[in-house]
Amino acid sequence: MGLFNTFNDIFLKMNWLYNAVFDVLERLFQLDPESTIFGILHFFIYDTIKIFILLSVLIFIVSYIQSYFPPERTTKILGKFKGITGNILGALLGTITPFCSCSSIPIFIGFTRAGLPLGVTFSFLISSPLVDLASFLILMSFLGPQIAIAYVVVGLILAVLGGFIIDKAKMESYLQDYVIEMRATGDIDGLVVLEMNTKDRMKFSFDQVKDIVKRVWLYVLIGVGIGSAIHNVIPEDVIGFVLGGNNPFNVLLASVVGIPMYADIFGTIPIAEALLGKGVGIGTVLAFMMSVTALSLPSMVMLSKVVKKKLLITFIAIVSIGIIIIGYLFNILEIIL
Amino acid sequence: MNIKVLGSGCPSCIKLEKYVKIAVEQLELEATVEKVTDMKDILGYGVMSTPALVIDGKVVSTGKVLSPKDIIKLIG
Repeated sequence: MGLFNTFNDIFLKMNWLYNAVFDVLERLFQLDPESTIFGILHFFIYDTIKIFILLSVLIFIVSYIQSYFPPERTTKILGKFKGITGNILGALLGTITPFCSCSSIPIFIGFTRAGLPLGVTFSFLISSPLVDLASFLILMSFLGPQIAIAYVVVGLILAVLGGFIIDKAKMESYLQDYVIEMRATGDIDGLVVLEMNTKDRMKFSFDQVKDIVKRVWLYVLIGVGIGSAIHNVIPEDVIGFVLGGNNPFNVLLASVVGIPMYADIFGTIPIAEALLGKGVGIGTVLAFMMSVTALSLPSMVMLSKVVKKKLLITFIAIVSIGIIIIGYLFNILEIIL
Repeated sequence: MNIKVLGSGCPSCIKLEKYVKIAVEQLELEATVEKVTDMKDILGYGVMSTPALVIDGKVVSTGKVLSPKDIIKLIG
């Protein structure tokens, strides 16, 4: 554990950066470390730099791994499995397949066309925005290994069970008509997986970093801004009253607030960090993070192009209920342990 | 030569089409450049990650925006 902690402190938590920002603000700008403005600036600058460094390095590494699993290959792999194994594999592959909400339609139709069960497709779709390797490492840096592992495990379970339930509900007829028409008409072997060499993979990873940073930087800044406000300005009593352990609706509230918000997990982490710092329960914070990432308006709009209302509502209901259960469960566990 | 850009209208698909046209002009090639936007047709090529590039019926690139230089290498 000693070696891991050293690694975590230097590369993931970046204590050196924390101290450097502190020194610059105190010595160079002569700010009083006890003042609110110092707290706001310190949180904002430190978190912003840290997230962007981690984001770039981690996305590069993760994209390199992802380059081995383009959606076409994922479809081929998933085509070999049935039942709950398919759901588990769908959820796992959802964590490493390059994916943004703009590619969800081709993936959805591609899976359906290849004849994959609807439940496997949904396991993939739930886990894809919710859990990925980069977010796992970044969670580790900000919130520690216990929370990171807990987040990934419950995220995967939610994806597997959500897909499983949708499968059992036999909702194939609630796909949009043009999707139903294409169902299982495609030949899995005909999917093209092009060869890539190391140079291609490097370039792919570099492009991914550029794309993702371009896509999320604003959300990260907004997230850090909100986190900084929670951390330094909003009184602990107010947050405790709304989201603390004495309000039985804390998890429910956190989930509902999170649904219309659209942010990458990277934008939610500084908010989560600040909320935890104010003594909000871990379950409440997890529920907030999950509902922001798994249920967002843009992804629902996308999804409504391939499924009919009833299936869309079922999907939203299953994921919301799952998130709320996870939230309360973790709050109870936190008290017991 | 027949070049097809596969993509349902996302910003990167538009970019790829632009680069293809630049490459064709630079090489002064006799080539037709077409866009395939229908998901069914795109999947018919065995492609799920767009934008993709098809040259004379063969898929040569998927899921990325090639630079004009890369395209010239492929069609030149």
